[in-house]
Amino acid sequence: MDTSSLYGESFMDHVANPDYKYEMDAPTQTHRGVNPSCGDDLTLAIRLAEDGTIEEAAYTGSGCAVSQASADMMSDLMIGKTPAEARRLCQLFGQMIRGEQSDDNLLEEELDEASCLKSISRMPARVKCAELAWNTLDEMLLHGGKDA
Amino acid sequence: MSEPRVLPQLSLADNPYKVDYPLLVANPELAFLDSAATAQRPASVLDAQRSFYETMNANPLRGLYSLSVRATEAISDTRAHIARHLGSDNPSEVIFCRNTSEALNLVARSYGVDHIGEGDEVVISIMEHHSNLVPWQELCRERKAQLVYMRPDDQGTMSEAEIDAKIGPATKVVAVTHVSNVLGVENPIAAIAERAHSVGAVVVVDAAQSAPHMALDVRELGCDFLAFSAHKMGGPFGIGVLWGRMDLLSEMRPFLTGGEMIEWVSETEAGWAQVPEKFEAGTQDAAGIYALDAALTHLETIGFDVVEQRERALTARLCERLAAHDHVTIIGPDDPEAHIGAVSFNLGDIHSHDVASILDMEGVAIRAGYHCAQPLLTWMGAGSCCRASVALYNDESDIDRLIDGLDRVWEVFHGHI
Repeated sequence: MDTSSLYGESFMDHVANPDYKYEMDAPTQTHRGVNPSCGDDLTLAIRLAEDGTIEEAAYTGSGCAVSQASADMMSDLMIGKTPAEARRLCQLFGQMIRGEQSDDNLLEEELDEASCLKSISRMPARVKCAELAWNTLDEMLLHGGKDA
Repeated sequence: MSEPRVLPQLSLADNPYKVDYPLLVANPELAFLDSAATAQRPASVLDAQRSFYETMNANPLRGLYSLSVRATEAISDTRAHIARHLGSDNPSEVIFCRNTSEALNLVARSYGVDHIGEGDEVVISIMEHHSNLVPWQELCRERKAQLVYMRPDDQGTMSEAEIDAKIGPATKVVAVTHVSNVLGVENPIAAIAERAHSVGAVVVVDAAQSAPHMALDVRELGCDFLAFSAHKMGGPFGIGVLWGRMDLLSEMRPFLTGGEMIEWVSETEAGWAQVPEKFEAGTQDAAGIYALDAALTHLETIGFDVVEQRERALTARLCERLAAHDHVTIIGPDDPEAHIGAVSFNLGDIHSHDVASILDMEGVAIRAGYHCAQPLLTWMGAGSCCRASVALYNDESDIDRLIDGLDRVWEVFHGHI
């Protein structure tokens, strides 16, 4: 198995030792996302800095390794981004997962480690797992409200 | 009854059957352990499908020329073949649908609507596939009737006490799966039917998971309706079978209406064709039905007794090997012999989707998730799970591949076996 790919070393490190899986103190926004068909259940939290950028991102919940690793990689990527930038990356991630964007250089540059989830585009049953965190963030930023 | 014949002793390491399945021959590295979802097709079925279009393709029933007559015969010959197979002496009791789901919806609608009213009860089991659950759930909601669940013990056994407690004077329909697609257990249909008939209820059997593995006799089962799908027994997708008692079918209203199912039509009303055509609106998939005939012939030529013996032995071996794995928890009975075709399990606390995805990278195909039986898994507190299932074309090496694959999954998650 290719160690840089799905279930590779870096992917599994996000599952076994997640950096962003914790309950955040005083978040600006939180939002819950659930995949009822497979039981993935995530609650995302972000805190915005005074300049409007995301200064902290974290998640709690349970689910398969793909949903968890994807949430951890996403949280890492979002630190320092503006909400508009974050939403653009969520859209790009969705395009990668649906097989609509396959430029490896662009994906690696923009999505960093999360680009290792590209092979999910050939695994239709896992698309929802990979997308959960990103769709939840995108929805949270679109509505901009606290709902937890 | 004829004397039971002496079956050949065949080791599970030998596999004289695989050669009949082009997909398996073309993919020797594939361990296909998802036949409970859909089976692989033998060459004879694929040949039959093609042969229909090459030699007898015409619209059945309506054509007044010999080619159409041949197409019509392909349907009626298969109908008679299936009736014989099910122990029915009336081929008209066999109705062709798209799949088991459609067959069960037909019963829920065409029988249920006229026989289920406010305060009546429909009894199903908690181990039903959504196909034999949601149609009754919807019917009960619309008719203000009660949906009552029979629940098995922790070994998946439906006790007589449970059957007697749940089926009572208010019960109008008992709809139950013959073999559970998750637990792999066989339900005591004859006992359930006896109780149901004693209170005047009819019995609907979902045979989707039993029809591929054993010869069925509707008289021995004592049921009133029975449904199964061609694609799980080596036949084509898109063909389902509903068998029903003629006296019930005759008085039921149609399910779908339109072409082929009418006797006459005026501007304001229509008269229905006889059973079975009354329930077969629109042009039938005659080629698929013809191919189902070949699928049944394939199993009969090997012998359903041989098929059942091999599949029971394979399933028991699968269950024993899984149970012996340090990190596997079996969902279903402890007794390996109690599993028919399928064994469900979890690997430690690793999500079933992750297990299936990594197994796929190792060339092992299994099912993962809720298996269209979400109420069962919720009731058992099991969440999602993995399921490995066998057919006669599997052998010991497929089971070895699965066990090695599970070691690999464990290694990915925990760094050691």
